[in-house]
Amino acid sequence: MPPLLSVSNLTVGFDHSSHFVPAVIDVSFSIARGETLCLVGESGSGKTLTALSILRLLPPSARIASGALTFKGRDLRPLGEREMQQIRGAEIALVFQEATAALSPVFTIGSQIEEVLRVHGRATRRTARQKAIELLEVVSVPEPARRVREYPHQLSGGLRQRALIAISLACGPSLLVADEPTAALDVTIQAQILDLLRDLQRRLGLALLLITHDLGVVAEMADRVAVMYAGRIVEESPAAALFHEPRHPYTRALMSSIPGGPPGSRLRAIEGTVPPLGQFPPGCGFAPRCRDRFEPCSSAPPATDLGGGRTVRCFLYPGSKDPAPQILQTSPHRRAESEQSAPQVLQISPDRRAGSSDPAGR
Amino acid sequence: MPLVEVHQLVKQFSRRRGLFGTRLTTRAVDGVSFAIDKGETFGLVGESGSGKTTTGRCILRLIEPTAGEVRFRGEDVLGFSRARMRQARRDMQIVFQDPYSSLNPRMRVGDIVEEPLVIHRTGTAAERRMRVAELLELVGLDPSFASRYPQQFSGGQRQRIGLARALALKPSFIVADEPVSALDLSVQAQVINLFMDLQRQLALTYLFIAHDLRLVHHICNRVAVMYLGRIVEVGATERLFEAPAHPYTRALLSAIPVLDPAAPPQRIVLDPESLDPAATLRELTADHWAAI
Repeated sequence: MPPLLSVSNLTVGFDHSSHFVPAVIDVSFSIARGETLCLVGESGSGKTLTALSILRLLPPSARIASGALTFKGRDLRPLGEREMQQIRGAEIALVFQEATAALSPVFTIGSQIEEVLRVHGRATRRTARQKAIELLEVVSVPEPARRVREYPHQLSGGLRQRALIAISLACGPSLLVADEPTAALDVTIQAQILDLLRDLQRRLGLALLLITHDLGVVAEMADRVAVMYAGRIVEESPAAALFHEPRHPYTRALMSSIPGGPPGSRLRAIEGTVPPLGQFPPGCGFAPRCRDRFEPCSSAPPATDLGGGRTVRCFLYPGSKDPAPQILQTSPHRRAESEQSAPQVLQISPDRRAGSSDPAGR
Repeated sequence: MPLVEVHQLVKQFSRRRGLFGTRLTTRAVDGVSFAIDKGETFGLVGESGSGKTTTGRCILRLIEPTAGEVRFRGEDVLGFSRARMRQARRDMQIVFQDPYSSLNPRMRVGDIVEEPLVIHRTGTAAERRMRVAELLELVGLDPSFASRYPQQFSGGQRQRIGLARALALKPSFIVADEPVSALDLSVQAQVINLFMDLQRQLALTYLFIAHDLRLVHHICNRVAVMYLGRIVEVGATERLFEAPAHPYTRALLSAIPVLDPAAPPQRIVLDPESLDPAATLRELTADHWAAI
């Protein structure tokens, strides 16, 4: 079966006077029906722009330079604004990070849900209210008949995020794009929203493109993960394999830098800083901070298929189709070193998890 | 004797409802007590609005507490005169969460770091310049950066500048309010290492306010969990993480995503109705207290 959404060789950037500044470079991925793909990266990695490109909601200063976006076999790029409006909300819905900013403060929650229903012709004025209440019920808002008449400021952060998800679900989309949907929430509320998203996905067969910088959220939610750095996807993998054995030096370094190990011990920090937009290094974006860098890294590494649904863009992994013996020769010690320093399975010690989750552990 | 002692600290905020309406008071901090030993890192965790930032600021009197007692080296900080307080601040400093808004964009880095020395009339101009260079080096920045402006630096570098400024007067106690949560993930570890290194080098004591429980577990000797303005559990970090006793602490720890996709989340949901608001802290085991 063809994927629900496929993004191929997408390049997005900003026009600055005479030159084009790329922010997303040659990004390809696809999402199957009912699947969760996490796009993980730090600020400036291009993950949000990638998502906005799919919905064609880029800021006016940005543009898609090249690439193809195919949804349900249909090419999205030539579609006009009117046709995109038919797709947004109805087929592909977006959940924003800041529910407070995404909701209008001057309309009730109910009227904001009803607006979506009526715009897409899913309800009449008479039936819309009842549907809005049902949608709030779907996202587990308590007392939906009362909440539907309330304004966003009367709701807690968690309930506002639920209301926003209710709006996104109003027209029964098959793909939900969620941009850091829990970043503004406390960890206990985050857990509830993640549970809700997972539950909705099961019940409604939704595909989820989840954009996050939080590896914990990725571990909980993802079927597959695409790791972005400096505008490129550097590694793509099924979630379990990625956490078990990250391959790209960036993913490995990031995972080993997470606090863990003996309390008080020095963390394995990554040197340097994230390159700002317009200053992405030529070649591999991570090379200047990478402990394993060697001569070839000054040119962009191709995607190497590692099998098992894993691809990585790094010269440490000579392509299976195109073995590059000269690379192997120049870096044997580096490979050995990097494998030694590769993190083992990341986990919280079992006693801690038991302690924190055992209700009888008084 | 602990370096910092906080006893029954209360901070009420009040606002008027409408122009002539009744006053509404919120107890942001509601009878908080704890003590921090010299050289210790004491963690303060809790959800947003739980009062952890307000507590940190009350200790430094950046916000005047409504009631309670704060002792620093045994002295009653809240009883200090303005002049005495200013003197005391040399020894107690703060590092803010947001390195973008906490540094004046119109000042050069050197002037930002030097400002506390100028305010406290420390040394000659030449001596101060040398001290600035020394401080920048201490936090891992090139002394030549002194002539640049904050916007030329990344978040991690700005947080280093904020730390250099906080260290200018050689304080012994630093309130660090979410010092890495605004930073890129891949630079957080650098800054955390810096905090740990400086603590060893300069014998610093930290009040570390954070919501990242993994980080708190890693760097704090003791932790207090705040919920609705109160401390509901406090104790040695290992003990508290291994055997959380208060329902809120349990919910909080169970909500940390496990970095293993094979492990299904096992959440404990907090039922606010189940909490006894009158419960006071009692000692469960040595250095582990909970309000249950």
